[in-house]
Amino acid sequence: MNILHSCFKAQIGEVVLPGDVFRFDVSSVEEDSSVKAEKIICGPGLRRNGDEILVYKSGILRHKQPNVYWIDSQQKRYVPVKGESVIGIVTAKSGDIFKVDVGGSEQASLSYLAFEGATKRNRPNVQVGDLVYAQFIIANKDMEPELVCIDSCGRANGMGVFGADGFLFKVSLGLVRRLLTPQSETVKDLEKIFPFEMVVGLNGRVWVKAKTVQQTLIVANLLESCENMTAQQRQTLFKRVAEGAL
Amino acid sequence: MPNDGSTKLSKNLLRMKFMQRGLDAEAKKQLEEEEKRIISDEHWYLDLPELKAKESFIVEERSYVPCEDLVYGRMSFKGFNSEVEKLMVLMNAPREEEDEEEEKDMTRMDTDITDEEMAMRYGSLVESMKRRFAKKRERTSLKNEEEDVNQNIVETQPKKVFLKPQD
Repeated sequence: MNILHSCFKAQIGEVVLPGDVFRFDVSSVEEDSSVKAEKIICGPGLRRNGDEILVYKSGILRHKQPNVYWIDSQQKRYVPVKGESVIGIVTAKSGDIFKVDVGGSEQASLSYLAFEGATKRNRPNVQVGDLVYAQFIIANKDMEPELVCIDSCGRANGMGVFGADGFLFKVSLGLVRRLLTPQSETVKDLEKIFPFEMVVGLNGRVWVKAKTVQQTLIVANLLESCENMTAQQRQTLFKRVAEGAL
Repeated sequence: MPNDGSTKLSKNLLRMKFMQRGLDAEAKKQLEEEEKRIISDEHWYLDLPELKAKESFIVEERSYVPCEDLVYGRMSFKGFNSEVEKLMVLMNAPREEEDEEEEKDMTRMDTDITDEEMAMRYGSLVESMKRRFAKKRERTSLKNEEEDVNQNIVETQPKKVFLKPQD
């Protein structure tokens, strides 16, 4: 256990760069059978190469108990990952699949049968230009990504076409993750201002809707400005907005 | 022609099934050996060291979601969209519960229905199942028993006897 974690320990919370290597003393690992059962999960930014771990994103090394390590990095380009929920824009309808733009290198495909309650006879009403909240079922660097709007039980759980009105904009992937962290400070500050609805896709797209167009735009601008603000700056800005100064 | 050894049958012919009946043991053995050698010569294999599939202790995870415990992406605040608020509760709550349970005891199997829940359900089912398999006459008595339990009044049912019709 300690053998595996010791090489990370010094670097947790520190900046690491692509090409950095974490090496394990494999021989000692093999000897100790209790260590053998212990596994290390290397999250995004870390890649296994034989018996060592390579860094391929620049950022801060993070650790979660008991054995998860990943790189907290800032980027704007989304790379599809299996299981992640994203906001896509339907760009084409062709036969039995829709083409969906998710901001990745390639458009994702979405079957018309992958909606709740859809059958061969009962097609979902999806038009070009619609927004869909969907998750990746296939995301592979060699293959076209594929989306579905149902979970494994066949329920939608909020996925599918959404957003009759409202406003869609793009933020960095880091901000999206900050918004989605449990008990996110930003979201907590934001929800005090006025009632609104928000859909956050892990691909950096955020859709907001409030009672009026003006309020919607205020929320969108606040979210965009959260990108480069300290907690204190944010709170003072939000307070000013709540008081109606803007 | 008599058997003088000058005429020999070919090996391939001797190997045929119907020819082997007349062969003596020694000739049979020789043929078998030869056959074995042919087979082992024909069998081929890769001259490589045996590959051992070593189980790696490093697992890759491509998504941030499990690492940072990211929540459900649809949100609604102050009752703007009640459906989404219901979904938020549904999608964000179970994960926490599961985690807690897992932390409590890792050995227990992952089940949807806990033992307590099952006991509760079957506890209520016992009566109706009993009634299902009871005979008609017993059913009425069962009903009475239930009432007894509730009211604590013990009623003794008079035993049914044949009543002589009155003239």
